[in-house]
Amino acid sequence: MRVTRRTFLKMAGAAGASGLAGRSGVAKAAGPAPRADTFAMLVDTTLCVGCRGCEAACSEANRLPGPVMAGQAAVFASRRTSDTRAYTVVNRYPTGGGAGQPTYVKSQCMHCVQPACASACLVHALEKTPEGPVIYHEDRCLGCRYCMVACPFGIPKFEYEKPVPAIRKCTFCFARVKRGQAPACATACPSGALQFGRRSALLDIAKTRIYQNPDRYVHHIYGEHEVGGTGWLYISAVPFERLGFRTDLGTTPYPQLTWPFLSAVPFVLMLWPPFLMGLYAFRKGGEGIGQAGRQRGPEKETRRE
Amino acid sequence: MNDRLEKTVVLRAWVREKLFLGQSLREYVRGFGGPFDALAGLILLVGLPVIAYRFAAGLGAATNLSQTNPWGLWIGLDVLSGVALAAGGYTLASTVYLFGLREYYPVLRAAILTGFLGYFFVVVGLLVDLGRPWRIPYPVIYSYGVTSVMFLVAWHVFLYLTVQFLEFCPALLEWLGWRSLRRWATKLTIGATVFGVILSTLHQSALGALFLLAPTKLHPLWYSPFIPIYFFISSIVAGLSMVIVESSLSHRIFRDQVEPQRRVDLEAITLGLGKGASVVLFTYFFLKLLGLADGGHWHLLRTGYGHWFLVELLVFVLLPCFLFAHGVRERNVPLVRATAVLTVVGIVINRLNVALIALNWDVPDRYVPSGMELLTSITIITLGLLTFRWIVNRMPVLREHPEYPGPH
Repeated sequence: MRVTRRTFLKMAGAAGASGLAGRSGVAKAAGPAPRADTFAMLVDTTLCVGCRGCEAACSEANRLPGPVMAGQAAVFASRRTSDTRAYTVVNRYPTGGGAGQPTYVKSQCMHCVQPACASACLVHALEKTPEGPVIYHEDRCLGCRYCMVACPFGIPKFEYEKPVPAIRKCTFCFARVKRGQAPACATACPSGALQFGRRSALLDIAKTRIYQNPDRYVHHIYGEHEVGGTGWLYISAVPFERLGFRTDLGTTPYPQLTWPFLSAVPFVLMLWPPFLMGLYAFRKGGEGIGQAGRQRGPEKETRRE
Repeated sequence: MNDRLEKTVVLRAWVREKLFLGQSLREYVRGFGGPFDALAGLILLVGLPVIAYRFAAGLGAATNLSQTNPWGLWIGLDVLSGVALAAGGYTLASTVYLFGLREYYPVLRAAILTGFLGYFFVVVGLLVDLGRPWRIPYPVIYSYGVTSVMFLVAWHVFLYLTVQFLEFCPALLEWLGWRSLRRWATKLTIGATVFGVILSTLHQSALGALFLLAPTKLHPLWYSPFIPIYFFISSIVAGLSMVIVESSLSHRIFRDQVEPQRRVDLEAITLGLGKGASVVLFTYFFLKLLGLADGGHWHLLRTGYGHWFLVELLVFVLLPCFLFAHGVRERNVPLVRATAVLTVVGIVINRLNVALIALNWDVPDRYVPSGMELLTSITIITLGLLTFRWIVNRMPVLREHPEYPGPH
C-alpha cells in the first residue's frame, strides 16, 4: 500500500484520536517501551507550515516575551537562533520539497541522549533526566559558560545583560513531560509536524515514513545517531546540510571525548607518588653514602696521626 | 595604664618594622615616587572602577563576549596563560627537593611565590569572569559534577593554592618570627612538593582537556586528542622560562635584597634552566609534529590558519629551542634571557590560540576583546606585581633570613 502524507496523517490521527493522550498512545502502541526509552520528539519538516504557533506556545509556557514579529512573514528574511528570550525559533529555507516550496525548520535544544553540556557542567547544574529532557538547575550554576563551549548545537544561552545571570534554553517542558504530557510546542502544532512520544517508537514512525515514501524523504533521521543520538529527531525532504543542520558532528557521544582523559586521572594519582617519593628516597640514600664516605676519610687521617 | 602604653609601643614598633620597612608612615608613603608606582597607580585608578562596573552592569556591558563566543580574554589570558606561567612553582620545587639539584635553591622561593600569586590572581580573574562568582566554592562544598573536566580543574586549583601557600609558609613564618610553627611547616615540604606535582600534572593537562569537548569549534590543527599532554609539557617550559625572566628582573629590581648574597651565581642558574627549557621545548615540538601527523591535517598548513599554526610552532617553539641550546653552549646569558621572554610570549600565544583565535574559527561572529576587558586584565596583572613587590620587600624571598640559611 502506498501511503501518502494524507493517508499517513489519517493513520496517525486514527491511532491517536486527537490530542495529547492519543499522541503518546501512538508511541505506546509500538510495544512495551524499555526502561531506558526516553521521551522524545519527532519533527517532520515536510509537514511544518511555518505558522510559528510553537514559538508562541513556548513563550507562554516559559513566561517569556512573545515571539518577535508575530504573524509577519518578514521574520523569515533573516536566520534566527534561539536565545535567552526565545527558547525555540522557526527558520525558513528556500529549497523545499514539492514545487520549489520552502522548508520550515524549528530549532531548540536537541536533548541529547548523552549531552555534552551535562558532562561539562562542574556543578551538575545541567542534568539529563531519566525521562529524557535535559534540564537546568539555576540554583547551582556558577555562570562559567563551559556548557556553551561544549554544546555542538550552540544551544545554551547566557544572560549577558543581567548582573545576576543564568543560562537559558529549552526545557522540553519537563514538568509536563514528567506527567506524560506533550510539551507546549507539540500541543500547539496544528500540522502534525511535531510528534511527541517514546524515542524508540518515534524512530519506528520516522523509518516507516521514509520507507513508505522513499521519494519524499531523505533517507536519514537527523538525531538518530548524531553525537550518540538526540532526543529531538528530524526527517526532511531535502538534505539536512541545506537546512542549517551541522552534518559534521559524528556519532561519538560527547562525554566519550573527555573520558580517556578522565580515566587517566587515577593512574597519575597512583603512579606519581611512589615514583616521586621513591626518587626522593633514592637520592637521599645516595646522599648518605656520599657523606659517610666523606666522614670516613678524615677519620682515617686522624688515626694515622 | 602603663601596660597598655607598652603594648601600643610594641605594636607601633611591629607595624613600623614589618609593614613600613622600618620607616615612619610619612617616609614610607614618600617612597612611592618612582615611575612604576605612578603607572601602577594610574592603572588601578582606572581599572578598579572598570571591574566595579563589570559587576554592577553585567558581563554584556563590559565585555565583547557573545552567545557564540562565551569565553574571551579573561579565560585565555588570565586563566589559561596565568596557570601555565605559574608552573615555575612545581617545576622548581621538584627540581630542588625531589631531584636534589640544590644549586637552584636561590631562585626557588621566588618561583614558589610567583606560582602562588599566579594562581591567586588566576582565581581573581576567574571571579571577574564568572556569572555568579560568589558561588565559586560550590564545586568543592555543594554540588559535584564529577563527569566534568572543569570539576577536576576547580578542585585541583583549590588544593594547589593551599599546597603552594604551605610551600611558601616557611618564608612567611620567618618574617613573622614564629619559630616552632616554621619548623612544622618545613617538615611538610616533601609531601607538599609531591602533592603539588600530582595536582599540577593533572590540572595543567585538564585545562587542555577542557577543549576536547569542542571538536567542531576548535580548528583541526589545534584540536588533538593529545591536547592535555601539550598543555602539561608546555607548562614545564613556561615554568622554566618564567623563572629565568622573573629571577633576572627581580635580581635587578631588588638589588638591595640580593647584594648580601653575591655568591649566588644567577648566570649559572639561568644557563641551567635554559638548557632544561631547550630539551623540554624539543620534546614539545616533536609531540606537536606527532599530533599533526596523527590528525592528518597537513593540507591545512597551506591555509591562513595553517600559516599562523606554523608561526606558533616554528617561531615560538622550535626557534627558542635552538636559541636556548645555542645560548647555553656559548654561555650567552642575555640570549638565554631574551629567549625565555620569547618562549613566555609563545606560551601565551598558544593559550590564546586555543581559547580564542582558533576557537570558532569558521564562525562569522569573531571575538575581539573590549577595552574594558583588556584594562581589567592589565589591572589584575598590576595587582599581582604589586603584591609580589610587597612580599619580596618584607619576607625572605630573594635574600636569606640570617637565622635560617640554606635549603631545608
